[in-house]
Amino acid sequence: MTEAVIIGVGLHPFGRFPGKPALDMGADAVRLALADAGVNWPQIQGGYIGSYEVANPDAIVGRLGLTGVPLRGVFNGCATAGTAVALAARAIETGEHDLTIAIGLDKHPRGAFAADPSVAGIPSWYGQTGLFLTTHFFGMKINRYMHEHGISHETLARVASKNFRNAAGNEKAWRRTPLTPEEVLASPVLNYPLRQFMYCGPNEGAAAIVMCRADQAHKYTGKPVRVRATSLRSRRLGAFEVQSPSFPVGEPVDSPSVDASRDAYERAGIGPEDVDVAQLQDTDAGSEIIHMAENGLCKDGEQERLIAEGATEIGGRLPVNTDGGLLGNGEPIGASGLRQIHEIVLQLRGTAGSRQIPGTPRVGYTHLYGAPGASAVTILST
Amino acid sequence: MTTTQRPVAEGLFTWPPAAAPLRLIGSECRVCGLVSFPAAATCVRCASDESKERLLADRGTLWTYTTQDFRPPSPPYDGPKTFEPYAVGYIELPGELLVEARLTESDPEKLRIGQDMRLTLVPYTVQDDGTEVVTFAFAPAEESTHAEQEAS
Repeated sequence: MTEAVIIGVGLHPFGRFPGKPALDMGADAVRLALADAGVNWPQIQGGYIGSYEVANPDAIVGRLGLTGVPLRGVFNGCATAGTAVALAARAIETGEHDLTIAIGLDKHPRGAFAADPSVAGIPSWYGQTGLFLTTHFFGMKINRYMHEHGISHETLARVASKNFRNAAGNEKAWRRTPLTPEEVLASPVLNYPLRQFMYCGPNEGAAAIVMCRADQAHKYTGKPVRVRATSLRSRRLGAFEVQSPSFPVGEPVDSPSVDASRDAYERAGIGPEDVDVAQLQDTDAGSEIIHMAENGLCKDGEQERLIAEGATEIGGRLPVNTDGGLLGNGEPIGASGLRQIHEIVLQLRGTAGSRQIPGTPRVGYTHLYGAPGASAVTILST
Repeated sequence: MTTTQRPVAEGLFTWPPAAAPLRLIGSECRVCGLVSFPAAATCVRCASDESKERLLADRGTLWTYTTQDFRPPSPPYDGPKTFEPYAVGYIELPGELLVEARLTESDPEKLRIGQDMRLTLVPYTVQDDGTEVVTFAFAPAEESTHAEQEAS
């Protein structure tokens, strides 16, 4: 099977851009990715594009060129970009195309996501009575996790502080004001134990990635980044998942993040001990802590010590969310996972500037998780 | 003066309170025995479409909890404009399932994972005509609620 490699990445800054349509942000990101790869739009043979707010993201062809290219819309909630990348890579692996693109774009209104529960197949009373908030799940999952594994409130604050500090060094990030752990702990509780500065916010932005066959990469770049594995998993019966009015008693069942992670490691022939830099879904500070363990990067409870030691800092043993993560960048759903891959590609090329991790990183890891209990993992290497 | 009350949805819990002891109305798969709430016509374990009603236990233990300290986006939330923070949690009903519910205690410092809880009703909002809309909730086992006193 032919391997897919990434030859170009493009990122429109994440933030708020009044008056600028999501499709224009997407087109900017695509042009950056094309320029990075040294190709032009008519050369792109196929692609996948994801958005939550834009009903027809494939209308982006009107901004880029009406070449007749097959551009398929995809959506898997917060894991959307994982699907776009997986399918764009698959099109190369199967020989359908030689040069493909994955695009994500979004433009969310301010505040927590609001939707009728019927969009998730849940009865109306669940929303009317104030239970249909994904943030409840994050508060409840980390509360239980802290109880079982001895994670402190201070550790939550350290994670948030780290990600804002990393964002401060990233000119394309959104929340670039560093906050001390003390300042994070002084912000109001939104969903106990999670506080205002421990949450990411939905915002605006776009990203794109150009891929080609590995055996043609030399035509475009001296530093291709290999797509070693992509995996998507949905929730299994018995797992504690977002938007669940109930779930069965019995032995705990692993989250889809654990399932996707194991599958990706196996496909890649790479283990968690090989990962040099990781981008993990940090919808909130608690999620980053839990996802470290769910992705095999540490054992449950080890985060308390690892984070106190600075292991997940840019200069640490296992840097996590070096560009600021979701906390520092916000979450335009369709683009979020492509932003993660953009960062990993810069780190593996050694071009991440002031936030470049030391040494010669060879393996990067990205992870997404979101409603209705879906997770996507991508493993990349030099 | 009597306050008129109505349940937020039919088929969610036994109603009216005078007719039968308060219970959540779940379902049990006739093939594999999986218990579901709210009642489900199709089993998510074995895909059978044969189920029967099952009234769930009215007592359990608090498995986890959080608080809601800002007014949820409305719609879908239709609680009062004047927002009072509330707590939500999952209560483990032994041998049945873990159910998500509002809690009558909103102070996280007064809640504890593993504590005994019991089913109750709370009027979570009031319609323009003064009718209280009631939903299910769980209370720390030693505590009784305003709604329950009214209903009895």
